[in-house]
Parts: sequence; C-alpha cells; structure tokens
Amino acid sequence: MSPGTLAVKVRGLSKLFGDFTAVDAIDLSIKKGEIFGFLGPNGAGKSTTIKMLCGLLLPTSGNGTVNGLDIMKESEEIKKKIGYMSQKFSLYDDLSVEQNIDFFSGIYGVSQTKKIERKEWALDMAGLLDRRKTVTRDLPGGFKQRLALGCAILHAPPLVFLDEPTSGVDPISRRNFWNLINEMSKAGTTVFVTTHYMDEADYCNRLALIYRGRVIAEGTPNDLKQKYMTSYVLEIETDRVVEAMETLNRSGIETAIFGSLLHATVDNMEKAMPRIREVLGEAGIRTERVERIVPSLEDVFVSLIEAA
Amino acid sequence: MIKRIRHVVIKEFIQLFRDRRMKAIIFVIPVMQLIVFGYAVTTDVKDISTAVYDLDRSSESRELFRRLEASGYFRIGYHVSSPFEIQGLMDRGEITVAVQINHGFSSDLKRGNQAAVQVLLDGTDSNTATVAMDYANRIITKYAKDLGTGRIAVSPFGVELRERAWYNPELRSKNYNVPGVIAFVIMLTCLLLTSMAVVREREIGTMEQLMVTPIRPVEFILGKTIPFALIGFFEMLLVTAIALLKFDIPMKGSFLLLFASTAIYLLSVLGMGLFISTIARTQQQALMATFLFYVPAVLLSGFMFPIENMPEVIQYGTYLNPLRYFLVIIRGIFLKNSGLAVLWPQILSLFMLGILVITVSSMRFRKRMR
Ligand SMILES: Nc1ncnc2c1ncn2[C@@H]1O[C@H](COP(=O)(O)OP(=O)(O)OP(=O)(O)O)[C@@H](O)[C@H]1O
Ligand SMILES: [Mg+2]
Repeated sequence: MSPGTLAVKVRGLSKLFGDFTAVDAIDLSIKKGEIFGFLGPNGAGKSTTIKMLCGLLLPTSGNGTVNGLDIMKESEEIKKKIGYMSQKFSLYDDLSVEQNIDFFSGIYGVSQTKKIERKEWALDMAGLLDRRKTVTRDLPGGFKQRLALGCAILHAPPLVFLDEPTSGVDPISRRNFWNLINEMSKAGTTVFVTTHYMDEADYCNRLALIYRGRVIAEGTPNDLKQKYMTSYVLEIETDRVVEAMETLNRSGIETAIFGSLLHATVDNMEKAMPRIREVLGEAGIRTERVERIVPSLEDVFVSLIEAA
Repeated sequence: MIKRIRHVVIKEFIQLFRDRRMKAIIFVIPVMQLIVFGYAVTTDVKDISTAVYDLDRSSESRELFRRLEASGYFRIGYHVSSPFEIQGLMDRGEITVAVQINHGFSSDLKRGNQAAVQVLLDGTDSNTATVAMDYANRIITKYAKDLGTGRIAVSPFGVELRERAWYNPELRSKNYNVPGVIAFVIMLTCLLLTSMAVVREREIGTMEQLMVTPIRPVEFILGKTIPFALIGFFEMLLVTAIALLKFDIPMKGSFLLLFASTAIYLLSVLGMGLFISTIARTQQQALMATFLFYVPAVLLSGFMFPIENMPEVIQYGTYLNPLRYFLVIIRGIFLKNSGLAVLWPQILSLFMLGILVITVSSMRFRKRMR
C-alpha cells in the first residue's frame, strides 16, 4: 500500500514511563477516510498511543508518519492538520458556547472569510444554534461532547483523533455522536476513535484491540468475528447470574456476564450443553435456557483477552 | 502570531472577569497590603523612654532637653548623675536612649566652637534605635541652627546607625512603607494570577487541547502574561492613587520613570509566575509555591531588615529577588526624585534578572512531554 493512501502509519511505537511499558512496539496502518476503532480495557494504552500520534507525548521508540509527516520530527506540522478531542472534557467551562468556538477558531487560524461559516456549522452540528450564549458549564453532557468535537475540527482537518468521545454520556447521545462520526467519515475525514464500549466496535470500518500496551487483534469487525471465533458461544439464562458464573468457572467452563445473562465460550457444543445444566443443577441453580448464539465483538474480545 | 496572542488575551480577560476569586485577588490584595504596611506596621516611634545626664548644667543644656521632650518622641523619665546609672537603666530595659551633655557645652557654643552631645542607644531593637537617633539628630541640629552660632556634633554609641531619615523629613514610616506596598501588591497579584491561570488550564485539561493546536509556546506565554501585565499596571495606579490621596505620600519623581521601571519589574514577576506554573500541578500547589516565594522575597527585600545585616549566603540570594531592586527604585522615585542617572544600576539589574527568569521559564515550557 503506498504511503499516500495512509493517514497513519507507524512501526514499533513504544512508550515507557520509567520502567513501565505503557505502549509496547505497536504497528498501525490507517487508510484515509476510514473509521478506525482502537479498543481496549482501562489502562490498555489507548490514550498514550493517541498522544504520541498527536505530538503531545514523545515516543520512547518507533517511527512513522501521520498525514505523511514524521511523528518524531514534524509534530508541529502535524498539529495543523489534525483534530484532537481528549478523553477529558476540555473546553472552557466559564466561556459561552460561542466564545469557545471563536477562541479555538482563532487559535487554529481559521481565515476570516470562513470563520462565520465554520461557527454556524459547528453550532448546527452540536445542536446549539439557539444556545450560543449559554455558558458551557450549563450544557448537558451530550451537548458538551458534541461542542468539544465541533471545536476540535473547526479547521476542517483531514484526520481526527477522538479519545473515548462517548464515555460518560447517555446511550442516545452516544448513538447521535456515532452518527456524527459517520457523517464526517462520509465527507472524507479519517477518524481514529478509541473506546472501551465493545458494542461501539461495530460502527468502525476497521478495528485494533489493544491490551496491556500490545495490539492483540486487528481487522474489520467481520474478519475478527470469523477469524477469532473458532469456538462456540452459548447464552445461559439462570435465576442467579453471579453464583452461576462462579460455579461454572470453578468447573472449568469460561463464562462472562452479559447484562442479566451468561455467555460461555466452549469448544464442543454437544458436550458442553448438558454439562452446564448438570453443574448448575448440582449447585441448586435453575437453568431457564441454554442456546448457541452468534458471537458479538464483545465475545470475541473477551475470548481474546482471556487468551492473551 | 499577533492574532493568536490577541485571542488568548481576550479569552483570559473574559475568564478573569467571570471569576470571583480572581477579582478578589485584584481588588482585595492591594487594600489588605496597604492596611497592613501603611497603618499596622508602623515604624514610627513615640514616647521613647529617655534618661538625661547633664554635666554642663547650663540654660543651653536645659533648653535642649526641653526641645527633645517637646518633640513628643522622647519622654525624659530619668535625670541621672553617673554613667553607671545609665548602664543600669539600659540593662533593665527601662530606657532606650540616654543623652549626655558634657561639661563645656554652653561655653563651646558661645565661642562658636563645635559642641558635643552624646546619644547612647539600646541597639537591641535596631529599628527603634535608628529612628531615635534620627529624631535626636534632627532636633539637635535644628537647635544649633536656631542659636545661629556654632555646631553641635552628635555622637552615637551602642548601635550601628545608617542614615535613613534624610529624605523623609517628617520621619513618617508610611512614606517608606507605602511605595514598598506598590511593589508587594504587584508581585503578589501577578504571581498569583499568572501561576493560577496557567495551572488551571492544566488542571481542567484545556492545556492539552491547546498543545495539539498549532499555537507556538511564545504565543501562549505572551497571551497568558499580557493580561496580567496590564493588571499589574492597574494595581500600580490603584495603589499609587490611594497612596497620594489617602495616605498623603509625596510623589517627588517622574511618573514616566515609575511606569517604565514597573514594566521592567513586571518582566521578572511574570517570569516567576510562569516558572511556578511549570512546577505546580494543581492550583493549590501554585498558591503554596507563590507564598513560598513571596514571603521570603518580602522579608529579604531590605524592606524590614537591611540587606547588609543578613548572612552572606542570603545576601547573595537576594540578588535574585526582584524586590531588592524595585524597592530602591520606587522609593527613590517617590521620595528623592531620583532619576535614571542614580537608579540605572538597579534598573539594569532588574532588566537582566527579568530576561533571565523569562528565558528559563519559557524553556521549561514544552508542547510535547517526554
Ligand atoms: N504520565 C504517565 N506516567 C506514568 N504512567 C502513565 C502515564 N500516563 C499513563 N500511564 C499509565 O500507562 C498506562 C496506559 O495509560 P492510558 O491512559 O494510555 O490508558 P487508556 O487505554 O487510555 O485507559 P483508559 O481507558 O483508562 O483511558 C496506564 O497503566 C497508566 O497508568
Ligand atoms: Mg484513555
């Protein structure tokens, strides 16, 4: 693949804090225009990776390019052509919606002719056209998040990094936010987005799973489901979920809680189904239902992390 | 470049006027400091307990004692008849000053010779002693002048004295203190505002957001400091106005020089504020660091204790204290009408210190962390 079609290309990117390796020699190739999902549990190294790509943190080792510019030497050039939304909400709480927008478009050097147009665009996108004078502090979480996105892309960058943009907002706001990401991508923007909500992975064109600083799986959502799921996933409904999980795990059947249900990952379905009923029966737990389901990405990741 | 700086400045002012704490810093600190240093910390001394030892027993000697007493500064409680008595009274802390007039005082005066008065001082409280000596000196000199003949030599004992009352003819300590307050107020407000404003951005995460924009460190630093430099000037004007109108402090020198030297002083003060913001992570830490710097800076400025009396190591340390220079400058301008010709060494040192501090702080400012 020629480098011209890649928005991000890094090799062996590492970050050490003291002797702790937060990011361990990862390779990434992200095509222009795609939505690239970077998934991983807390502390996996997602933010650290993003910060290295954005020029906020100097990598300990590794090399590569962002928008064709060297991440080690040209970080200031990179900053002109990327948008970044940090994990922590980072607008000025005490400024009004409009003042925040004006400030960031001034800092990004948005030209005088485009300024008004971009402002109206950002207000529209965030759904804040009639609340432009509101002090940012008083906005509901979902609006703040969208305003933060708007402020981060006032200069219309071809590549945006979103670090857990949907953490801490309600499910409807999350869905709205993903619609925005989709629209951006359709307009040709490359989106690098991290999340630890596994259910958001399906919105992405391509995914990488990071765990303890290492990329342990990579591919399209479908690839991952097929390639990494040689085993079966059984859904179990019981009256006491936690006890059931503990009982099954003790007898060697790996299970995880999904809402009010249990998912068990097994190699041999014919043997496992009666065995599950038997184990639970012995423990005095009633089994309502055991059936095979199509694995979700979450199942894939749980099994990958368990294997790692 | 200018555009970006302007945006940061505007934003800073909007935030400043939305924030009650910041407003409190701007208006409360000057008033508090003026009250503390203008009224409370008065180095004026009245009713100094005094003994007199009159060996001349002439009308001239009696007249001198009368004048000392009439000034209100000295309360003559003891007429002694031997040096041992003086010693005893001073040892017991019953007197601070003893004035001894030797035999031949009146005849020396009449013949136009130099007459001598000895002033003995308890040097324990060097401040009171110095002030008492100044008072005695003035009263005795005036007496000699009124007589129209002869001179009186006043020889002090017991304490190292500095000439200090020369340019403060009414001997009012507030004339010394209030210009100092201008220096203190500027320092405290600018240190606090600068360090807090930068650290707050780090705390709430907007700093990180700014660091991924194309803003240059110098633009950020200027945008952050220009508003506080303006506030610094405002504070200077505020305190000067109060000093002139409420405290009747004379302003003998040039306002232009006052402005120019304040600008130079602001370089180092804002630089130190920035420096604090590069070491503090939270606003509390910034607050603590500010006071950890400010209190010693005031104590070691020469405001309360003369720098020459400090241990040598500390004296070297005071070269890094912008107050050390600015106090001399501002007092010179207010009280002595000193101009550039006199003050240039202080102004130059202050300028170089400012450049040094700003450079060091800016170098610590990186957009990319290691
Ligand atoms: N400045 C730092 N100094 C030391 N350790 C750090 C630093 N920043 C991050 N770490 C550690 O590096 C690891 C990865 O952190 P990182 O913030 O990249 O995780 P993350 O995947 O973004 O997690 P989360 O979902 O919690 O945001 C964590 O264990 C974290 O404690
Ligand atoms: Mg993170």
